Amino acid sequence: MKAAELVDLISDGSSIMVGGFLGVGDPERVIDAILAKGCKNLTLITNDTARPDIGVGKLISAHAVKKLYASHMGTNPETQRQMLSGEMEVELVPQGTLIERIRAFGFGLGGVLTKTGIGTLVEEKKRVIEINGENWLLDLPLGADFSLIKARHADRLGNLTYHLTADNFNAVMAMAGKIVIAEADEIVPIGAIRPDDVRTPGVIVDFLVESRT
Amino acid sequence: MNSIERIAKRAALELRTGTLVNLGIGIPTMVANFIPNDVTVTLNSENGIVGMGPKASKGFEDVDLTDAGGSAVTALVGAAVFDSSMSFGLIRGGHLDVTILGGLQVDSFGHLANWMIPGKRIPGMGGAMDLLTGAKRVIVTMRHSNEGKSKIVEKCYLPLTSVRRVDLIITELAVIEPTDRGLVLLEYAPGVSVETIQQATEATLIVSSNLREMPEFHEGHKEKMR
Repeated sequence: MKAAELVDLISDGSSIMVGGFLGVGDPERVIDAILAKGCKNLTLITNDTARPDIGVGKLISAHAVKKLYASHMGTNPETQRQMLSGEMEVELVPQGTLIERIRAFGFGLGGVLTKTGIGTLVEEKKRVIEINGENWLLDLPLGADFSLIKARHADRLGNLTYHLTADNFNAVMAMAGKIVIAEADEIVPIGAIRPDDVRTPGVIVDFLVESRT
Repeated sequence: MNSIERIAKRAALELRTGTLVNLGIGIPTMVANFIPNDVTVTLNSENGIVGMGPKASKGFEDVDLTDAGGSAVTALVGAAVFDSSMSFGLIRGGHLDVTILGGLQVDSFGHLANWMIPGKRIPGMGGAMDLLTGAKRVIVTMRHSNEGKSKIVEKCYLPLTSVRRVDLIITELAVIEPTDRGLVLLEYAPGVSVETIQQATEATLIVSSNLREMPEFHEGHKEKMR
């Protein structure tokens, strides 16, 4: 499918989760198609918003995001500026907690208990649960209308592989979107990916885009 | 030798053969350049790799292989890559031996603040809170002061990264160990007196009975990273 057709599904106010880590493993073509469509008021779940002109950072620069969940924005001054000016609401989530909240949603779990963040600002407004004398923070599942995933290979059934450190949030996010759009470097024939090498089973992928076409 | 290099070289002496080590951004990244010849560690980066090698040389970068700072790196033979859930399972689950992190402030309780300056600069915590929660040993490398203000304070006034006590603080002036009793001065940089260090430090220091000069570093050798 063409990226432009796919993003017809995404509209103003949609929530999207986008894989990638500082621009590595970002689905650039799908992001560009969202920019071209001019979506606004998006809720964005992503690790770090990359840089203003790279990957998911371009959505921030285009003022397309109303609410952001991320762990880090040190490489994107525009994200920090929009947060400080109140233009965009930002919830900072520790990276290990962010990925597990997403995983909890995708895997049908009610929450995550972690020690990360106890005694810090992160603890505010959260329940602390005592189990066998130890305190844990309860973090709630995080899902989205759309998961935008970057893969190395996809076959025509949607089976996905990932490449080196471009995996990062992608494989887990693929489980946590109501509609999953995967952009692959290459779409290969069914059978070209060995079952052992499939990281995301095609049954959960709804749409495919090839990066190079 | 500039102060940052002194810190990185001293921190490298803390590394032990056979350990899994995570290096943060900034001074900690430089530590990899000074790992002694006779020490072999495995480097982890929280974006999803164990067995990270040196920076990729020009023309040999792979856009899909970076460290957690986004720099193109290499993977050593025997390296493993994985998603962020596995990566933070390694970190939070107690499988990581050492993390070396930068800091904005450390206080007399050994609490580290390194993720935001309210109203000014908010980079976010990234993986730092998880690293402090899960790593067996936490070493903070930072300049002793910033624009004349001590970064080692009685009580952090910047938001904490964790209430876990860090294990060691290394600056260009001193090596300091947070303990139940407070901050213990273990080492001074060559030519720097205890008085000078205390004057540069807002928190009160306890001078160790085994106080010594910062040891000399060995020559580093990048290929030894493993």
